[in-house]
Amino acid sequence: MKSAVILFPGINRENDAIAALKQATGTEPAVVWHGDTELPKTDIIMVPGGFSYGDYLRCGAMAAKSPIMRAVAERAKQGVTILGVCNGFQILTEAGLLPGALMRNASLKFICKNTHLKIENTDTRFTNLYGAGDVVDYPVAHHDGNYFADSETLDRLEGEGRVVLRYCDVDGKVDPATNLNGSQRNIAGIINEAGNVLGMMPHPENAIDPMHGGTDGRNLFKSMVEAAS
Amino acid sequence: MSSNDFNSTPITPELVKEHGLNEEEYKLVLEIMGREPNINELGIFSVMWSEHCSYKSSKKWLKTLPTKADWVIQGPGENAGVIDIGDGQAAVFKMESHNHPSFIEPYQGAATGVGGIMRDVFTMGARPVANLNALRFGEPDHPKTRHLLSGVVEGIGGYGNCMGVPTIGGETNFHASYNGNILVNAMTVGLADTDNIFYSAAAGIGNPVVYVGSKTGRDGIHGATMASAEFDDDSEEKRPTVQVGDPFTEKLLLEACLELMATDMIVAIQDMGAAGLTSSSFEMASKGGVGVELWLDKVPMREEGMTPYELMLSESQERMLMVLKPGCEDAAKAIFDKWELDFAVIGTLTDTKRMVLKWHGEVAGDLPIDPLAEASPEYDRPWEPTPKQDRIDPASLSGKMSHVDALKTLIASPDLASRRWIWEQYDHLVRGNTVIRPGGDAGVVRVEGTNKGLAATTDCTPRYVMADPVEGGKQAVAEAYRNLVATGAKPLAITDNMNFGNPERPRIMGQFVGACQGIGEACIALEFPVVSGNVSLYNETNGVGIMPTPAIGGVGLISDLGHHATIGLKRDDSALIMIGAATGELGQSLYLKTIEGREEGAPPPVDLGAEKRAGTVIHELIELGLVRTCHDIADGGLLVTVAEMCLAGNIGADVFLPESGSEIAWLFGEDQGRYVIATRDPDKVLNAASSANVAAAIIGQAGGDALSIDGDAKVTLSELRSLNEGWMPSFMAEAV
Repeated sequence: MKSAVILFPGINRENDAIAALKQATGTEPAVVWHGDTELPKTDIIMVPGGFSYGDYLRCGAMAAKSPIMRAVAERAKQGVTILGVCNGFQILTEAGLLPGALMRNASLKFICKNTHLKIENTDTRFTNLYGAGDVVDYPVAHHDGNYFADSETLDRLEGEGRVVLRYCDVDGKVDPATNLNGSQRNIAGIINEAGNVLGMMPHPENAIDPMHGGTDGRNLFKSMVEAAS
Repeated sequence: MSSNDFNSTPITPELVKEHGLNEEEYKLVLEIMGREPNINELGIFSVMWSEHCSYKSSKKWLKTLPTKADWVIQGPGENAGVIDIGDGQAAVFKMESHNHPSFIEPYQGAATGVGGIMRDVFTMGARPVANLNALRFGEPDHPKTRHLLSGVVEGIGGYGNCMGVPTIGGETNFHASYNGNILVNAMTVGLADTDNIFYSAAAGIGNPVVYVGSKTGRDGIHGATMASAEFDDDSEEKRPTVQVGDPFTEKLLLEACLELMATDMIVAIQDMGAAGLTSSSFEMASKGGVGVELWLDKVPMREEGMTPYELMLSESQERMLMVLKPGCEDAAKAIFDKWELDFAVIGTLTDTKRMVLKWHGEVAGDLPIDPLAEASPEYDRPWEPTPKQDRIDPASLSGKMSHVDALKTLIASPDLASRRWIWEQYDHLVRGNTVIRPGGDAGVVRVEGTNKGLAATTDCTPRYVMADPVEGGKQAVAEAYRNLVATGAKPLAITDNMNFGNPERPRIMGQFVGACQGIGEACIALEFPVVSGNVSLYNETNGVGIMPTPAIGGVGLISDLGHHATIGLKRDDSALIMIGAATGELGQSLYLKTIEGREEGAPPPVDLGAEKRAGTVIHELIELGLVRTCHDIADGGLLVTVAEMCLAGNIGADVFLPESGSEIAWLFGEDQGRYVIATRDPDKVLNAASSANVAAAIIGQAGGDALSIDGDAKVTLSELRSLNEGWMPSFMAEAV
């Protein structure tokens, strides 16, 4: 099982991504520099969190134009499993691999805390080890996680089961009071049409060790590995 | 000034005064130079001899602080202190103030404070793994407080979050004495290999002097001089001297420096902080006993028409100066090219022991290095001790409020309300090693790839220091020690950030001298030496000084993370045991201030021998795995401590009243050297304490969903929680 982590200048959660992939795959992921034009042979690609290019211009906008992103888009087309977390999600939307955009949190503040998430679709290669209706606990750490898309796109995402994660409370209740950052319809993570690209704001890679206070994130990585093997 | 008239600007007495040099000091300048300096040279003397860079008022007393222990690799004098944490690794840390800039421009002031302290740490070859801070604001209803608090917190988060360094702890106080002069102290802890630590002493005549990082602009010129003067109503006009931070560039600089440090190309390295190129080049040359020739026209510049004067004094951020081994320039440059950072050879080391500044071939300045760097003025300023205050007699209290109402009032007060609103704006999880998050006694991060943990905390109780600088100085160190112990760490060393008013006033100087004495005594007794620090004086506005605030940053080591403690009560905890003795000290307590409206009395004394014995036995109990729940008793006293343990674990408790004596003093006294432990095996804890000659007694019982006193007078945890969590968000949401 081979995995790769894409590194842009300003990315800072690569360490965490590498640890999670290593735990799930048993091998060290390849680290690919943004200026490279080719990817190694790999079953899983992860675009980690951070502040690529300092979030200047717009979160993820500059990284989306990096040379390596052409190769990532090519692999996406070929059906390779691709996970974008936090800044990685922003980069994937800016690169057009996922619909919508991430705006500033409704509170206008950076938020770092644990949050409950409802797994809305367990029939994806990222979530098939979770049970239907499971509520999981991952941390978030972002300033721009407020998911936006027009209502036509949102309806389509919902209709096609492409909303994978939503902010909720401990009992799985999804409503404005449990909407962490103002996201449309409490959306925390979505997949592309083909189902091989997931973008999400919360950090499953920071919930893989009892020391983190919980290990709910492990199954997301395990699901990816099992689906890809 | 155009770039070529530096020899024609007349050096008038007014100009000398504007540069912050008094007549005596200017006489010394003339003596050292043997002639009148030109404007560039005057500017260099000005910043090098500023209080901020020269420590001229504080040096005499700082020298008295204990700085040695077997595990100290590098004490004060380098960019940061270094301690051995075993297995070939070292912790590198320091705390530094950015008070004046943060008052003028809170976001950028705080952000660049965080950026500066991280640079100090990675300059030594360490990867920053934890940030902390110590913040003091004016009283909550002062019109500026919300604006300053929100800007400072955003600035700290904006920089630290982008750098990918978790902010794991800190403290925040409010008091009217900070209305016109807030304190922003930032601390960074880094990890390095003991055989790959970098120092600043330049060596190797003919070796290239290299500039890396951001380009130099006109920001922050005379920042160090500003930091060495009192504030007045015109201080807002000093806004242009506040530096502007670019955390993205610093992240690149961090990665590029660590990549270069993994090779064998660097002789010496120093970050450009206060007084920029001047301070870094003089310090490197002075420590190495060499001379430098700098080619200022080669410095990467952000704007056109910059002068040598501006280049030497700019405090543009995210820059480093280094001396490379000869012939390494191209390989080193390739690393900085990869990270898209400027890299320029801007000079060479000479054997002249002089700093020669060249500007397109012309000499723009020529100064001796040692007299400037080493022979800076040192003052033995007159000082007066602070008069002692009387102990508070519990009989003098009105006792107008029930214990539970007093608890509810205290826990919702600005002094004790939850700081969650602040720390949720900091990424405290990035790097995936955070074991204890903010809100406990100390933050803890795992030493990556091991099962060891680094614990870190910042502490000071300024109202104690104000009332009795010696006891207050001891207390600040003792509280840092206690906060580390309470997590299961062995306390190793501290960094001190000495924030005081105008040292030219004997009363203020007396506070400084007293605090140094107290800190020194505590460091010796607790085997907890000072390895780095920073002094910030002249924290005054319109002649009103701040409360003396010697903020202490402590670092300790948890040898096995399988055995550590947190403050929250756990399901299997039953007995609550208080470790340490109490006589009911209410002087300067929050109860006295908040409930009785009295800010007075002698602060609680610190018995350093008892402190050490208690710390040692608790560390052992946690290390053996016998205790997993521990919280030190600090602001607010015993009842507040238990309430915090209940809230953190979401489990209630009953606290027993004493058989005799003042109930208020028992519940709310702030006697030092104490902890509350929760355990299901009280006998083991009591026996261990007894054989270590440490006072210990069962003072309550864990369980339920409310906090009660002697089985009565209940308050539910949900009510306590909403009081404790509610204050800051609603305060910050109110319109200014």
